[in-house]
Order: sequence, then structure tokens, then C-alpha cells
Amino acid sequence: MVSPVVFWVVAVLLVAAALAMVLARNIVHSALFLIVSFIGYAVLYLFLEADFLAAVQVLVYAGAVSILLVFAVMLTRRGNMQESNLFNNYKVTGALIAAVLFLLIGNMVLNTSWAISSIAAPESTVGPLAELLLGKFVVPFEVAAILLLVAMVGAIIVARGVKDSK
Amino acid sequence: MENLFVNLEASLNRFLTATLPGSLPNLAMALASVVVILLFVLTNVVWLVYMERKVAAYMQDRLGPNRVGPRGLLQTVADVLKLLGKEDIVPVAADKWVFKIAAVTVLIPTIMLFAVIPFGNNLISIDLNIGVFYFVAISSTATISFLMAGWASNNKYSLLGGMRVVAQMIAYEIPLVFSLLGVVMLAGSLKMSDIVAAQKDVWFIVLQPVAFLIYFIAGTAELNRGPFDLPEAEQELIAGPFTEYSGFRYAMFFLAEYGNMVAISALAVTLFLGGPSGPWLPSWMWFVIKVYVMIFLFMWLKWTLPRIRLDHMMQFNWKFLLPLSLANILLTGIAIKLF
Repeated sequence: MVSPVVFWVVAVLLVAAALAMVLARNIVHSALFLIVSFIGYAVLYLFLEADFLAAVQVLVYAGAVSILLVFAVMLTRRGNMQESNLFNNYKVTGALIAAVLFLLIGNMVLNTSWAISSIAAPESTVGPLAELLLGKFVVPFEVAAILLLVAMVGAIIVARGVKDSK
Repeated sequence: MENLFVNLEASLNRFLTATLPGSLPNLAMALASVVVILLFVLTNVVWLVYMERKVAAYMQDRLGPNRVGPRGLLQTVADVLKLLGKEDIVPVAADKWVFKIAAVTVLIPTIMLFAVIPFGNNLISIDLNIGVFYFVAISSTATISFLMAGWASNNKYSLLGGMRVVAQMIAYEIPLVFSLLGVVMLAGSLKMSDIVAAQKDVWFIVLQPVAFLIYFIAGTAELNRGPFDLPEAEQELIAGPFTEYSGFRYAMFFLAEYGNMVAISALAVTLFLGGPSGPWLPSWMWFVIKVYVMIFLFMWLKWTLPRIRLDHMMQFNWKFLLPLSLANILLTGIAIKLF
């Protein structure tokens, strides 16, 4: 059982990092704040005793943000770094859409009953997860794998360019 | 002797439970493990810097440091004191916050890696169910600090070095993880203690020689050590991401680099060399001996081979190492099914 104090400290840090990511003017700073918020999520998973999921969160998201950073660096090296994460002028429209979305999500949060399960957390989550992925859900799992493969092949073809057929 | 550290830990635990109220003893014990790991890393790094210079010297038919202290043993101490006394320079054009934070965060994954390493029988900080996976996940975040340092320095050499770190570490992480999978399949568990126990009769290096080789090569690349030291390549990039760092901040990168070498060697010992088991000597002593054999192999490689070219580095990984590691997993699976 995690003390509520620890949870609130992590939660506040997480929300602050997420806000900072959106509001930062420098796009590299945004990416770095993104890492902080991803690690915050991993800690939340740990509170839920989902250690495997927490490690996946760190490996897949926090670890891979460095790739994102590289793209940010490559795209914005020129010009003023202070203005790399641009804001547009649609203030009213943006606020309206955000408010509608906020009301929608808030409504969903309030209408959910949040039943607390009394079943103890499983000792190990890796084995059952693997059995589900490669047993019951094997077809969607493989389809997702093929989708990723197609995306990879496509990326390579786009990067190499098509040779002129003379 | 065998239970020296286990007994020390037990007596410290008893002392803390007697003196501290509530759940404080657990917290204090966790802190104690962190302090012990820090001490282990720091003492090893001080020794490793000296060892690296000596090994390099003998391989090049020189004597190496031999003036400060007996046989030059105090050379590193003198170097550290010199580094601490240097002026702390932050370039004017640098991104100051990121520049400073990078020098701190670079050490965090290094220290965290040691949490799941079994230093001896019953000498493991946390025996996680997902031990190996935890190690992989934490080590994947090491890239970020190097890129942060390279970018924030606002120096073209630093930036180039940072980009090379990302290209190399992300690429070689994949065969590294796949080589670990062969061992995990044989042991049937991600738990470090289970993997060590599964090697009671035969070390996994015998059953998984290809995986060990892939791990060793990919590990060298992950550590940015020669022949894979492109990110720091002195002749072309000065010192890569660390070019603008001085004094203690530079020392932090040095510390993390050697600390990572100990961690990668320790994982190799746990997964392939039977962990901390062996005859006659106590288990923790065997652990240290095996780790130093691995570290010597890393140094041997660095001072023997010239630096690999950037395009060769990429091709070798994607066109050779990765297919080889996949084939190794396939063969291991077939072998497990057959026997």
C-alpha cells in the first residue's frame, strides 16, 4: 500500500511536467518534460503493482524519446531556439474545443463508479500476459506485428527514394 | 567469510529495528543499500581508471603511471583532486539548465542498474520478478543524458557526438536485448536469482556461446568504448558530448562511463558466467573476480582494435548482428522443444 502523500507528490509533479511540456517555448525542453511525465506514469503503474507495465513504459516511451529529441534537433537547428515550439492564433477556437473536451472527460470521470477490486494483485504479471498475447489474442497481436513491419518497410522505401525507371 | 556481508546486513537491520520506530527501518535499509552500491561503484571506478591506464600502457609497451604512490596507485586520487579543484565552466551560449542537469542525470541509471545485480549468494538489493527486463529498461534511458549534454553545450562537436551516441546506442540495444532472450528462454524466468540457480550445473556461456558474443559486442557499443568509441572519437570530435564540460561535471560523465562498464560486466557474469558461484572462495569474491575478467576483456578489445567507421558500425549491426541474434533465438526455441 502506497501512502497517499507519495501519490499526490508524484501526481502533482506529473501534471506540472505535462503542462510544462505543452507550454515550453523551446521544443527540446518540451521533449525533456515529456520524459519526466512518462517516468511519472511508470511510477503510477508501480503504485498499481504493475511492475512489468512500468518497465515497458520506461523502455518504450521514456527510452525512445531520445529519438524524438533527435528529430527536434534536426528540424530546428536553424533560427531562434526560443521560438521553436510555435503557438498559433486560434485562441478562442482552441479554448472552446478544450473546454468541450474537458467537460466530456470530466463527465465520464464523474459517472464512472470506480469499483475497487478486492482480488489481490497477481504475483507475476509477465507469464499471464504472454499467455494471453500468444494464446487468446494471438490474431490481433500478429496483425499489429505485420502492421509495424509494413510501416517499417514503407519508411525504408520513402527514405531511400524510388530509382528512376529509365 | 561466505556470509560476511549477509551477517553485516542482518545486524544492521536488527540495530535499526531496535532504534527506529514504525516503517523507518525499512526506509533506512533501502537507503543503506543505495549507499553501499554507491561506495561499490565509486571504489571500482577509481581502481578502473588506474587499471585502464596500466593495461593500455603494457599493451603499448610502456610502463604507465608509476610516480604517485607505490606503483602509481595514487595516480587516480591525484587526478580526482585535480578535477575537483578545476574551475566550473558553463559556456555562455549553452542551455544552462539542460547543461547542468545532464551531468547529474547521467549517473542515475548507472546506480539504478545495480539494484538487481546479485553480488553474492543472498546479496541482491531487490530480487525483482522482472530483473533482466528492469535492467534493459533502465539502461535504455542512459542515452538521453548524453544527448542532453551534446545538445545543451551548443557546440558542433558536442552535438555531433550526441547524435552519434543516439544512433549507436539505440541500434545496438536491439541485439543486446535479443541476446539476453536466449538465456531467459533457457532459464524460463526473468528473475536474477532463478537465472543464477539455473546455471548450477552448466554455465549459460556453454549453451549460448553466440548469444554471449553478441552480448559482448553490443555491450561494447552500448558503453561507447573502442572500437565503438565513435561518439567520443578524440581525433575528430575532441570529446564528443563532454567537450564543454570541466571539473566535477566532467568527472560525473567519467564516473557514469566506468560505472556502466561494471554494470554491463556484472550482468554478463550473472547471465552467462554462472553468477556469484564457484568453489573454495566466498561467492562475493567470485563475483568480483568474474566481473574483473569481463572488464579486462573490454579493455583488451579497446586497446587492440582501431576505431570502426560510422557506416561500417551501422551496417554491422543491422545486417549482421541483428539477424544473427534473431537466428539464435529461433535455434534456442527449436532446441528447447527438441530436448
